[in-house]
Amino acid sequence: MSNAVAHPAYDYRTVRHFAIMAVVWGIVGMAVGVLIAAQLVWPELLASEWTHFGRLRPLHTNAVIFAFGGCTLFATSYYIVQRTCHTTLAFPNLARFTFWGWNLVIVLAAITLPLGMTTTHEYAELEWPIDILIAVVWISYAIVFFATIAKRQTSHIYVANWFLGAFILVIAILHIVNSVQYPVSFTKSYYVWSGAMDAMIQWWYGHNAVGFFLTAGFLGMMYYFVPKQAGRPVYSYRLSIVHFWALIATYMWAGAHHLHYSALPDWAQSVGMVMSIVLLAPSWGGMINGVMTLSGAWHKLRTDPILRFLVVSLSFYGMSTFEGPMMSIKTVNALSHNTDWTIGHVHSGALGWVAMVSIGSLYHLIPKVLGIAQMYSTRLINMHFWLATIGTVLYIAAMWVNGIMQGLMWRAVNPDGTLTYSFVDSLEASYPGYLVRVIGGAFFLLGMVIMLYNVYMTVNDAKQQDTIRDTSEPEPAAA
Amino acid sequence: MTYYDWLGVLSVIMLVMFIGIGWWAYSPRNKARFDDAANSILDDEPVDTPNGDKH
Repeated sequence: MSNAVAHPAYDYRTVRHFAIMAVVWGIVGMAVGVLIAAQLVWPELLASEWTHFGRLRPLHTNAVIFAFGGCTLFATSYYIVQRTCHTTLAFPNLARFTFWGWNLVIVLAAITLPLGMTTTHEYAELEWPIDILIAVVWISYAIVFFATIAKRQTSHIYVANWFLGAFILVIAILHIVNSVQYPVSFTKSYYVWSGAMDAMIQWWYGHNAVGFFLTAGFLGMMYYFVPKQAGRPVYSYRLSIVHFWALIATYMWAGAHHLHYSALPDWAQSVGMVMSIVLLAPSWGGMINGVMTLSGAWHKLRTDPILRFLVVSLSFYGMSTFEGPMMSIKTVNALSHNTDWTIGHVHSGALGWVAMVSIGSLYHLIPKVLGIAQMYSTRLINMHFWLATIGTVLYIAAMWVNGIMQGLMWRAVNPDGTLTYSFVDSLEASYPGYLVRVIGGAFFLLGMVIMLYNVYMTVNDAKQQDTIRDTSEPEPAAA
Repeated sequence: MTYYDWLGVLSVIMLVMFIGIGWWAYSPRNKARFDDAANSILDDEPVDTPNGDKH
Protein backbone atom coordinates (compact mmCIF):
# COMPACT_ATOMS: atom_id res chain seq x y z
CA MET A 1 0.00 0.00 0.00
CA SER A 2 1.33 3.41 -0.91
CA ASN A 3 0.41 5.24 2.27
CA ALA A 4 1.97 2.69 4.57
CA VAL A 5 1.53 4.00 8.07
CA ALA A 6 3.28 2.27 10.92
CA HIS A 7 0.69 0.73 13.20
CA PRO A 8 1.40 -0.80 16.55
CA ALA A 9 1.27 -4.57 16.73
CA TYR A 10 -2.24 -5.39 17.87
CA ASP A 11 -3.13 -7.20 21.07
CA TYR A 12 -4.69 -10.46 19.90
CA ARG A 13 -4.47 -12.75 22.93
CA THR A 14 -7.95 -12.07 24.31
CA VAL A 15 -9.40 -11.88 20.80
CA ARG A 16 -7.98 -15.33 20.04
CA HIS A 17 -9.36 -16.90 23.20
CA PHE A 18 -12.81 -15.39 22.74
CA ALA A 19 -12.87 -16.53 19.09
CA ILE A 20 -12.04 -20.14 19.98
CA MET A 21 -14.55 -20.18 22.86
CA ALA A 22 -17.19 -18.81 20.47
CA VAL A 23 -16.83 -21.95 18.34
CA VAL A 24 -16.84 -24.24 21.39
CA TRP A 25 -19.90 -22.60 22.99
CA GLY A 26 -21.58 -22.51 19.59
CA ILE A 27 -21.37 -26.29 19.45
CA VAL A 28 -22.61 -26.67 23.04
CA GLY A 29 -25.55 -24.29 22.56
CA MET A 30 -26.59 -25.74 19.21
CA ALA A 31 -26.23 -29.32 20.50
CA VAL A 32 -28.67 -28.48 23.31
CA GLY A 33 -30.91 -26.94 20.64
CA VAL A 34 -30.88 -30.13 18.58
CA LEU A 35 -31.57 -32.15 21.74
CA ILE A 36 -34.64 -30.13 22.74
CA ALA A 37 -35.86 -30.17 19.12
CA ALA A 38 -35.57 -33.98 19.27
CA GLN A 39 -37.46 -33.99 22.59
CA LEU A 40 -40.41 -32.40 20.81
CA VAL A 41 -40.40 -35.38 18.42
CA TRP A 42 -39.56 -38.04 21.02
CA PRO A 43 -40.81 -36.64 24.37
CA GLU A 44 -39.21 -39.41 26.43
CA LEU A 45 -35.69 -38.56 25.22
CA LEU A 46 -33.48 -37.73 28.22
CA ALA A 47 -36.54 -36.61 30.15
CA SER A 48 -35.20 -36.28 33.70
CA GLU A 49 -35.94 -33.58 36.25
CA TRP A 50 -32.90 -31.59 35.13
CA THR A 51 -32.92 -32.29 31.40
CA HIS A 52 -36.53 -31.92 30.32
CA PHE A 53 -37.52 -29.38 27.69
CA GLY A 54 -38.54 -26.69 30.19
CA ARG A 55 -35.13 -26.68 31.92
CA LEU A 56 -33.00 -27.06 28.79
CA ARG A 57 -34.75 -24.55 26.55
CA PRO A 58 -33.44 -21.49 28.47
CA LEU A 59 -30.02 -23.15 28.53
CA HIS A 60 -30.13 -23.38 24.72
CA THR A 61 -31.17 -19.74 24.25
CA ASN A 62 -28.67 -18.44 26.79
CA ALA A 63 -25.84 -20.54 25.33
CA VAL A 64 -26.37 -19.57 21.70
CA ILE A 65 -27.13 -15.89 22.36
CA PHE A 66 -24.81 -15.00 25.21
CA ALA A 67 -22.13 -17.69 24.98
CA PHE A 68 -21.75 -18.15 21.20
CA GLY A 69 -23.00 -14.70 20.16
CA GLY A 70 -21.40 -13.00 23.16
CA CYS A 71 -17.94 -14.52 22.69
CA THR A 72 -18.11 -13.66 18.97
CA LEU A 73 -19.03 -10.07 19.82
CA PHE A 74 -16.20 -9.75 22.36
CA ALA A 75 -13.67 -11.25 19.90
CA THR A 76 -14.70 -9.18 16.91
CA SER A 77 -15.20 -5.90 18.80
CA TYR A 78 -11.75 -6.15 20.46
CA TYR A 79 -10.31 -6.93 17.01
CA ILE A 80 -12.18 -4.23 15.06
CA VAL A 81 -11.64 -1.46 17.59
CA GLN A 82 -7.87 -1.98 17.56
CA ARG A 83 -7.53 -2.20 13.82
CA THR A 84 -9.81 0.71 12.97
CA CYS A 85 -8.30 2.94 15.70
CA HIS A 86 -4.70 1.90 14.89
CA THR A 87 -3.96 1.25 18.53
CA THR A 88 -3.75 -1.59 21.05
CA LEU A 89 -6.44 -2.47 23.58
CA ALA A 90 -6.66 -0.14 26.54
CA PHE A 91 -6.34 -1.98 29.88
CA PRO A 92 -5.34 -5.43 28.52
CA ASN A 93 -5.69 -6.92 32.00
CA LEU A 94 -9.26 -5.70 32.26
CA ALA A 95 -9.87 -7.29 28.85
CA ARG A 96 -8.50 -10.56 30.29
CA PHE A 97 -10.94 -10.17 33.17
CA THR A 98 -13.84 -9.82 30.73
CA PHE A 99 -12.78 -13.13 29.13
CA TRP A 100 -12.69 -15.08 32.39
CA GLY A 101 -15.69 -13.26 33.85
CA TRP A 102 -17.89 -13.86 30.81
CA ASN A 103 -16.95 -17.54 30.63
CA LEU A 104 -17.68 -17.89 34.34
CA VAL A 105 -21.15 -16.44 33.70
CA ILE A 106 -21.68 -19.06 30.99
CA VAL A 107 -20.58 -21.93 33.22
CA LEU A 108 -22.84 -20.68 36.04
CA ALA A 109 -25.75 -20.51 33.59
CA ALA A 110 -25.08 -24.08 32.49
CA ILE A 111 -25.23 -25.19 36.16
CA THR A 112 -28.13 -23.11 37.52
CA LEU A 113 -30.62 -23.35 34.64
CA PRO A 114 -30.90 -27.18 34.61
CA LEU A 115 -31.23 -26.98 38.43
CA GLY A 116 -34.31 -24.85 37.90
CA MET A 117 -32.93 -21.60 39.33
CA THR A 118 -34.60 -19.00 37.15
CA THR A 119 -36.18 -15.56 37.28
CA THR A 120 -38.56 -16.83 34.54
CA HIS A 121 -37.99 -13.71 32.39
CA GLU A 122 -37.13 -14.85 28.86
CA TYR A 123 -33.48 -14.20 27.88
CA ALA A 124 -32.95 -12.82 31.41
CA GLU A 125 -33.42 -16.07 33.37
CA LEU A 126 -30.20 -15.94 35.37
CA GLU A 127 -30.57 -15.27 39.10
CA TRP A 128 -29.40 -12.10 40.82
CA PRO A 129 -25.82 -13.05 41.85
CA ILE A 130 -25.05 -13.93 38.21
CA ASP A 131 -26.78 -10.72 37.09
CA ILE A 132 -24.37 -8.73 39.25
CA LEU A 133 -21.39 -10.57 37.77
CA ILE A 134 -22.72 -9.84 34.24
CA ALA A 135 -23.04 -6.14 35.11
CA VAL A 136 -19.44 -6.01 36.42
CA VAL A 137 -18.06 -7.79 33.35
CA TRP A 138 -20.12 -5.63 31.03
CA ILE A 139 -19.02 -2.35 32.59
CA SER A 140 -15.39 -3.57 32.33
CA TYR A 141 -16.04 -4.34 28.66
CA ALA A 142 -17.39 -0.82 28.12
CA ILE A 143 -14.33 0.68 29.82
CA VAL A 144 -11.91 -1.34 27.64
CA PHE A 145 -13.81 -0.57 24.43
CA PHE A 146 -14.37 3.15 24.94
CA ALA A 147 -10.90 3.74 26.41
CA THR A 148 -9.43 2.09 23.30
CA ILE A 149 -11.45 4.46 21.12
CA ALA A 150 -10.28 7.38 23.29
CA LYS A 151 -6.60 6.55 22.62
CA ARG A 152 -7.06 6.04 18.87
CA GLN A 153 -4.44 7.20 16.40
CA THR A 154 -7.03 8.07 13.75
CA SER A 155 -9.13 11.23 13.68
CA HIS A 156 -12.35 9.54 12.53
CA ILE A 157 -14.18 6.80 14.45
CA TYR A 158 -15.06 4.16 11.84
CA VAL A 159 -18.78 3.32 11.59
CA ALA A 160 -18.37 -0.27 12.84
CA ASN A 161 -17.33 1.19 16.20
CA TRP A 162 -20.50 3.28 16.36
CA PHE A 163 -22.61 0.15 16.10
CA LEU A 164 -20.44 -1.76 18.58
CA GLY A 165 -20.42 1.18 21.00
CA ALA A 166 -24.22 1.50 20.83
CA PHE A 167 -24.54 -2.24 21.44
CA ILE A 168 -22.31 -2.12 24.53
CA LEU A 169 -23.98 0.95 25.99
CA VAL A 170 -27.58 -0.15 25.41
CA ILE A 171 -27.03 -3.69 26.70
CA ALA A 172 -25.65 -2.22 29.94
CA ILE A 173 -28.80 -0.11 30.37
CA LEU A 174 -31.18 -2.93 29.43
CA HIS A 175 -29.52 -5.49 31.66
CA ILE A 176 -29.39 -3.26 34.71
CA VAL A 177 -32.97 -1.95 34.43
CA ASN A 178 -34.47 -5.37 33.68
CA SER A 179 -32.58 -6.99 36.57
CA VAL A 180 -33.89 -4.84 39.42
CA GLN A 181 -34.98 -7.55 41.84
CA TYR A 182 -35.59 -8.19 45.51
CA PRO A 183 -33.39 -11.12 46.53
CA VAL A 184 -35.15 -13.40 48.99
CA SER A 185 -32.28 -15.90 49.16
CA PHE A 186 -28.98 -16.47 47.37
CA THR A 187 -30.74 -18.31 44.55
CA LYS A 188 -34.17 -16.70 44.43
CA SER A 189 -35.41 -13.19 43.72
CA TYR A 190 -38.53 -11.32 42.67
CA TYR A 191 -38.78 -8.40 40.27
CA VAL A 192 -39.64 -4.97 41.63
CA TRP A 193 -41.85 -4.43 38.58
CA SER A 194 -45.21 -6.16 38.39
CA GLY A 195 -48.16 -6.76 36.08
CA ALA A 196 -48.33 -5.06 32.68
CA MET A 197 -45.43 -2.78 33.68
CA ASP A 198 -43.24 -5.83 34.25
CA ALA A 199 -44.31 -7.29 30.89
CA MET A 200 -43.54 -4.03 29.06
CA ILE A 201 -40.11 -3.64 30.68
CA GLN A 202 -39.32 -7.30 29.99
CA TRP A 203 -40.09 -6.91 26.27
CA TRP A 204 -38.43 -3.53 26.05
CA TYR A 205 -35.43 -5.54 27.27
CA GLY A 206 -36.19 -8.62 25.19
CA HIS A 207 -36.66 -6.93 21.86
CA ASN A 208 -33.68 -4.64 22.34
CA ALA A 209 -31.61 -7.70 23.16
CA VAL A 210 -32.54 -8.64 19.58
CA GLY A 211 -32.01 -5.09 18.31
CA PHE A 212 -28.72 -4.31 20.00
CA PHE A 213 -27.12 -7.60 21.09
CA LEU A 214 -28.14 -9.57 17.99
CA THR A 215 -28.34 -6.75 15.45
CA ALA A 216 -26.30 -3.61 16.18
CA GLY A 217 -23.26 -5.61 17.32
CA PHE A 218 -23.40 -7.88 14.30
CA LEU A 219 -23.93 -4.90 11.97
CA GLY A 220 -20.65 -3.60 13.42
CA MET A 221 -19.10 -6.87 12.22
CA MET A 222 -20.75 -6.46 8.82
CA TYR A 223 -19.34 -2.95 8.35
CA TYR A 224 -15.84 -4.21 9.01
CA PHE A 225 -15.63 -7.79 7.73
CA VAL A 226 -17.69 -7.48 4.52
CA PRO A 227 -15.51 -4.66 3.11
CA LYS A 228 -12.32 -6.40 4.32
CA GLN A 229 -13.22 -9.78 2.86
CA ALA A 230 -14.44 -8.21 -0.41
CA GLY A 231 -11.35 -5.99 -0.53
CA ARG A 232 -13.39 -2.87 -1.25
CA PRO A 233 -14.76 -0.02 0.86
CA VAL A 234 -18.38 -0.13 2.02
CA TYR A 235 -20.86 0.81 -0.75
CA SER A 236 -21.98 4.06 0.90
CA TYR A 237 -20.41 5.41 4.05
CA ARG A 238 -23.01 8.19 4.09
CA LEU A 239 -25.84 5.65 4.05
CA SER A 240 -24.15 3.90 6.99
CA ILE A 241 -24.43 7.10 9.05
CA VAL A 242 -28.14 7.46 8.33
CA HIS A 243 -28.54 3.69 8.88
CA PHE A 244 -26.98 3.95 12.34
CA TRP A 245 -29.08 6.82 13.66
CA ALA A 246 -32.32 5.53 12.13
CA LEU A 247 -31.78 2.03 13.52
CA ILE A 248 -30.97 3.02 17.09
CA ALA A 249 -33.75 5.62 17.23
CA THR A 250 -36.38 3.12 16.08
CA TYR A 251 -35.50 -0.18 17.74
CA MET A 252 -36.12 1.16 21.24
CA TRP A 253 -39.88 1.40 20.64
CA ALA A 254 -40.65 -1.92 18.96
CA GLY A 255 -40.76 -4.26 21.99
CA ALA A 256 -44.52 -3.95 22.58
CA HIS A 257 -45.20 -6.12 19.50
CA HIS A 258 -44.40 -9.11 21.75
CA LEU A 259 -47.49 -8.22 23.80
CA HIS A 260 -50.22 -7.89 21.15
CA TYR A 261 -53.70 -8.73 22.46
CA SER A 262 -52.39 -8.78 26.06
CA ALA A 263 -53.16 -6.62 29.11
CA LEU A 264 -50.80 -3.96 27.73
CA PRO A 265 -52.75 -0.78 26.83
CA ASP A 266 -53.95 -0.87 23.24
CA TRP A 267 -52.15 2.34 22.27
CA ALA A 268 -48.83 0.88 23.45
CA GLN A 269 -49.41 -2.20 21.28
CA SER A 270 -50.12 0.07 18.30
CA VAL A 271 -46.97 2.12 18.93
CA GLY A 272 -44.98 -1.12 18.99
CA MET A 273 -46.56 -2.20 15.71
CA VAL A 274 -45.97 1.13 13.94
CA MET A 275 -42.34 1.40 15.08
CA SER A 276 -41.72 -2.21 14.03
CA ILE A 277 -42.96 -1.42 10.52
CA VAL A 278 -40.81 1.72 10.40
CA LEU A 279 -37.83 -0.51 11.29
CA LEU A 280 -38.00 -2.08 7.85
CA ALA A 281 -36.41 1.05 6.37
CA PRO A 282 -33.16 1.19 8.38
CA SER A 283 -32.86 -2.61 8.35
CA TRP A 284 -33.04 -2.80 4.58
CA GLY A 285 -30.88 0.30 4.19
CA GLY A 286 -28.13 -1.50 6.09
CA MET A 287 -28.68 -4.78 4.28
CA ILE A 288 -28.49 -3.09 0.86
CA ASN A 289 -25.37 -1.21 1.95
CA GLY A 290 -23.69 -4.50 2.85
CA VAL A 291 -24.75 -6.38 -0.26
CA MET A 292 -23.90 -3.51 -2.65
CA THR A 293 -20.37 -3.45 -1.21
CA LEU A 294 -19.84 -6.46 -3.44
CA SER A 295 -20.75 -4.63 -6.64
CA GLY A 296 -17.82 -5.18 -8.95
CA ALA A 297 -16.56 -8.04 -6.77
CA TRP A 298 -19.35 -10.59 -7.24
CA HIS A 299 -16.96 -12.99 -8.99
CA LYS A 300 -15.18 -13.46 -5.64
CA LEU A 301 -18.21 -15.41 -4.41
CA ARG A 302 -17.26 -18.25 -6.75
CA THR A 303 -14.02 -18.93 -4.95
CA ASP A 304 -14.43 -17.47 -1.48
CA PRO A 305 -16.76 -19.37 0.88
CA ILE A 306 -16.06 -16.84 3.67
CA LEU A 307 -17.52 -14.07 1.54
CA ARG A 308 -20.41 -16.39 0.73
CA PHE A 309 -21.16 -16.78 4.45
CA LEU A 310 -21.20 -12.99 4.83
CA VAL A 311 -23.41 -12.32 1.81
CA VAL A 312 -25.89 -15.09 2.55
CA SER A 313 -26.12 -13.80 6.13
CA LEU A 314 -27.19 -10.43 4.71
CA SER A 315 -29.83 -12.15 2.57
CA PHE A 316 -31.27 -13.81 5.66
CA TYR A 317 -31.05 -10.48 7.50
CA GLY A 318 -33.12 -8.91 4.73
CA MET A 319 -35.64 -11.75 4.86
CA SER A 320 -36.09 -11.79 8.61
CA THR A 321 -36.27 -7.97 8.88
CA PHE A 322 -39.09 -8.05 6.32
CA GLU A 323 -40.81 -10.92 8.09
CA GLY A 324 -40.53 -9.25 11.54
CA PRO A 325 -42.38 -6.03 10.66
CA MET A 326 -45.02 -8.11 8.85
CA MET A 327 -45.55 -10.31 11.93
CA SER A 328 -45.82 -7.22 14.14
CA ILE A 329 -48.98 -6.13 12.29
CA LYS A 330 -51.74 -7.01 14.73
CA THR A 331 -53.93 -8.88 12.25
CA VAL A 332 -50.97 -11.01 11.08
CA ASN A 333 -49.90 -11.48 14.68
CA ALA A 334 -53.38 -12.84 15.48
CA LEU A 335 -52.46 -15.78 13.26
CA SER A 336 -48.76 -16.14 14.09
CA HIS A 337 -48.67 -15.51 17.85
CA ASN A 338 -47.67 -18.53 19.99
CA THR A 339 -47.20 -20.68 16.88
CA ASP A 340 -44.00 -22.16 15.46
CA TRP A 341 -43.91 -19.31 12.94
CA THR A 342 -42.32 -17.19 15.70
CA ILE A 343 -39.65 -19.86 16.24
CA GLY A 344 -39.04 -19.99 12.49
CA HIS A 345 -38.68 -16.20 12.35
CA VAL A 346 -36.24 -16.16 15.25
CA HIS A 347 -34.07 -18.84 13.66
CA SER A 348 -34.15 -17.18 10.25
CA GLY A 349 -32.48 -14.31 12.08
CA ALA A 350 -30.41 -16.36 14.53
CA LEU A 351 -29.06 -19.08 12.21
CA GLY A 352 -29.27 -17.27 8.88
CA TRP A 353 -28.09 -13.82 9.94
CA VAL A 354 -26.38 -13.83 13.35
CA ALA A 355 -24.66 -17.21 13.18
CA MET A 356 -23.64 -16.93 9.52
CA VAL A 357 -22.19 -13.42 9.82
CA SER A 358 -20.39 -14.61 12.98
CA ILE A 359 -19.00 -17.68 11.25
CA GLY A 360 -17.83 -15.65 8.23
CA SER A 361 -16.22 -13.07 10.52
CA LEU A 362 -14.51 -15.74 12.63
CA TYR A 363 -13.09 -17.48 9.53
CA HIS A 364 -11.66 -14.11 8.47
CA LEU A 365 -10.35 -13.22 11.92
CA ILE A 366 -8.92 -16.49 13.23
CA PRO A 367 -5.98 -16.78 10.76
CA LYS A 368 -5.17 -13.09 11.33
CA VAL A 369 -4.97 -13.42 15.09
CA LEU A 370 -2.85 -16.56 14.69
CA GLY A 371 -0.49 -14.70 12.36
CA ILE A 372 -0.91 -17.06 9.41
CA ALA A 373 -2.19 -16.55 5.88
CA GLN A 374 -5.39 -18.59 5.89
CA MET A 375 -7.52 -21.28 7.50
CA TYR A 376 -6.28 -24.89 7.37
CA SER A 377 -8.86 -25.90 4.76
CA THR A 378 -10.98 -23.74 2.45
CA ARG A 379 -12.76 -26.87 1.23
CA LEU A 380 -14.04 -27.51 4.77
CA ILE A 381 -15.26 -23.90 5.00
CA ASN A 382 -17.19 -24.51 1.80
CA MET A 383 -18.65 -27.70 3.22
CA HIS A 384 -19.62 -25.79 6.39
CA PHE A 385 -21.28 -23.12 4.26
CA TRP A 386 -23.55 -25.61 2.49
CA LEU A 387 -24.43 -27.48 5.69
CA ALA A 388 -25.32 -24.20 7.40
CA THR A 389 -27.39 -22.92 4.48
CA ILE A 390 -29.32 -26.14 3.90
CA GLY A 391 -29.80 -26.61 7.65
CA THR A 392 -31.22 -23.09 8.04
CA VAL A 393 -33.58 -23.46 5.07
CA LEU A 394 -34.89 -26.82 6.34
CA TYR A 395 -35.39 -25.38 9.82
CA ILE A 396 -37.25 -22.23 8.85
CA ALA A 397 -39.35 -23.85 6.12
CA ALA A 398 -40.53 -26.52 8.59
CA MET A 399 -41.46 -23.86 11.15
CA TRP A 400 -43.28 -21.70 8.60
CA VAL A 401 -45.43 -24.64 7.54
CA ASN A 402 -46.06 -25.67 11.15
CA GLY A 403 -46.77 -22.13 12.31
CA ILE A 404 -49.29 -21.20 9.66
CA MET A 405 -50.95 -24.60 9.98
CA GLN A 406 -51.23 -24.26 13.77
CA GLY A 407 -52.60 -20.72 13.47
CA LEU A 408 -55.25 -21.83 10.98
CA MET A 409 -56.21 -24.92 12.98
CA TRP A 410 -56.55 -22.99 16.25
CA ARG A 411 -58.87 -20.40 14.72
CA ALA A 412 -61.02 -22.83 12.68
CA VAL A 413 -64.63 -22.99 13.96
CA ASN A 414 -67.57 -25.16 13.03
CA PRO A 415 -70.86 -23.59 11.84
CA ASP A 416 -72.25 -24.04 15.37
CA GLY A 417 -69.36 -22.00 16.83
CA THR A 418 -67.38 -24.85 18.41
CA LEU A 419 -63.69 -25.35 17.67
CA THR A 420 -62.96 -27.62 14.70
CA TYR A 421 -59.70 -28.95 16.17
CA SER A 422 -58.43 -29.61 19.66
CA PHE A 423 -54.94 -28.44 20.62
CA VAL A 424 -53.73 -32.04 20.45
CA ASP A 425 -54.97 -32.27 16.84
CA SER A 426 -52.66 -29.37 15.92
CA LEU A 427 -49.81 -30.94 17.89
CA GLU A 428 -50.13 -34.23 16.03
CA ALA A 429 -50.19 -32.40 12.72
CA SER A 430 -46.92 -30.66 13.72
CA TYR A 431 -44.82 -33.84 14.05
CA PRO A 432 -43.47 -33.95 10.46
CA GLY A 433 -42.31 -30.34 10.80
CA TYR A 434 -40.65 -31.09 14.13
CA LEU A 435 -38.72 -33.95 12.55
CA VAL A 436 -37.54 -31.76 9.65
CA ARG A 437 -36.41 -29.20 12.23
CA VAL A 438 -34.26 -31.79 14.01
CA ILE A 439 -32.64 -32.67 10.67
CA GLY A 440 -32.04 -29.01 9.79
CA GLY A 441 -30.60 -28.28 13.23
CA ALA A 442 -28.34 -31.33 13.00
CA PHE A 443 -27.00 -30.10 9.63
CA PHE A 444 -26.18 -26.75 11.17
CA LEU A 445 -24.54 -28.40 14.20
CA LEU A 446 -22.46 -30.70 11.99
CA GLY A 447 -21.17 -27.62 10.17
CA MET A 448 -20.02 -26.15 13.50
CA VAL A 449 -18.20 -29.38 14.39
CA ILE A 450 -16.38 -29.19 11.05
CA MET A 451 -15.52 -25.58 11.88
CA LEU A 452 -14.03 -26.61 15.24
CA TYR A 453 -11.84 -29.21 13.51
CA ASN A 454 -10.74 -26.60 10.95
CA VAL A 455 -9.93 -24.11 13.72
CA TYR A 456 -8.01 -26.77 15.68
CA MET A 457 -5.91 -27.67 12.63
CA THR A 458 -5.32 -23.97 11.90
CA VAL A 459 -4.04 -23.43 15.45
CA ASN A 460 -1.79 -26.45 14.93
CA ASP A 461 -0.40 -24.93 11.73
CA ALA A 462 0.28 -21.67 13.55
CA LYS A 463 2.03 -23.48 16.41
CA GLN A 464 4.24 -25.44 14.02
CA GLN A 465 5.18 -22.28 12.14
CA ASP A 466 5.54 -20.41 15.44
CA THR A 467 3.51 -17.42 14.29
CA ILE A 468 1.38 -16.76 17.36
CA ARG A 469 2.43 -13.61 19.16
CA ASP A 470 1.11 -11.92 22.27
CA THR A 471 1.91 -8.31 21.73
CA SER A 472 0.11 -6.64 24.55
CA GLU A 473 3.20 -5.08 26.16
CA PRO A 474 5.84 -3.82 23.70
CA GLU A 475 4.98 -1.82 20.62
CA PRO A 476 8.12 -2.33 18.55
CA ALA A 477 6.82 -0.81 15.35
CA ALA A 478 5.07 2.21 16.79
CA ALA A 479 6.52 5.13 14.88
CA MET B 1 -47.96 23.15 28.23
CA THR B 2 -49.17 19.67 29.13
CA TYR B 3 -47.14 16.48 29.04
CA TYR B 4 -48.72 15.61 25.69
CA ASP B 5 -47.74 18.96 24.16
CA TRP B 6 -44.14 18.29 25.17
CA LEU B 7 -44.33 14.90 23.47
CA GLY B 8 -45.33 16.71 20.26
CA VAL B 9 -42.42 19.12 20.64
CA LEU B 10 -40.08 16.17 21.21
CA SER B 11 -41.34 14.47 18.02
CA VAL B 12 -40.62 17.62 16.03
CA ILE B 13 -37.13 17.90 17.56
CA MET B 14 -36.38 14.24 16.72
CA LEU B 15 -37.58 14.73 13.15
CA VAL B 16 -35.48 17.87 12.68
CA MET B 17 -32.44 16.11 14.14
CA PHE B 18 -32.89 13.16 11.82
CA ILE B 19 -33.23 15.37 8.76
CA GLY B 20 -30.15 17.26 9.97
CA ILE B 21 -28.14 14.05 10.22
CA GLY B 22 -29.21 13.07 6.69
CA TRP B 23 -28.30 16.52 5.39
CA TRP B 24 -24.92 16.40 7.13
CA ALA B 25 -24.17 12.89 5.83
CA TYR B 26 -25.06 13.74 2.23
CA SER B 27 -23.75 17.31 2.00
CA PRO B 28 -21.15 17.47 -0.82
CA ARG B 29 -18.77 19.25 1.54
CA ASN B 30 -18.32 16.04 3.58
CA LYS B 31 -18.04 13.57 0.68
CA ALA B 32 -14.25 13.36 0.57
CA ARG B 33 -14.08 12.97 4.33
CA PHE B 34 -16.48 10.02 4.38
CA ASP B 35 -14.81 8.39 1.38
CA ASP B 36 -11.54 8.54 3.30
CA ALA B 37 -13.23 6.96 6.31
CA ALA B 38 -14.64 4.15 4.17
CA ASN B 39 -11.21 3.44 2.69
CA SER B 40 -9.39 3.69 6.02
CA ILE B 41 -10.08 0.09 7.06
CA LEU B 42 -8.38 -1.34 3.98
CA ASP B 43 -5.06 -0.10 5.36
CA ASP B 44 -4.87 -1.51 8.85
CA GLU B 45 -2.27 -4.26 8.64
CA PRO B 46 0.36 -3.96 11.35
CA VAL B 47 3.85 -3.49 9.92
CA ASP B 48 5.58 -6.14 11.98
CA THR B 49 3.47 -9.27 11.72
CA PRO B 50 4.04 -12.11 9.27
CA ASN B 51 0.73 -11.42 7.56
CA GLY B 52 1.44 -7.75 7.03
CA ASP B 53 1.10 -8.17 3.27
CA LYS B 54 -1.90 -6.71 1.50
CA HIS B 55 -4.33 -9.02 -0.20
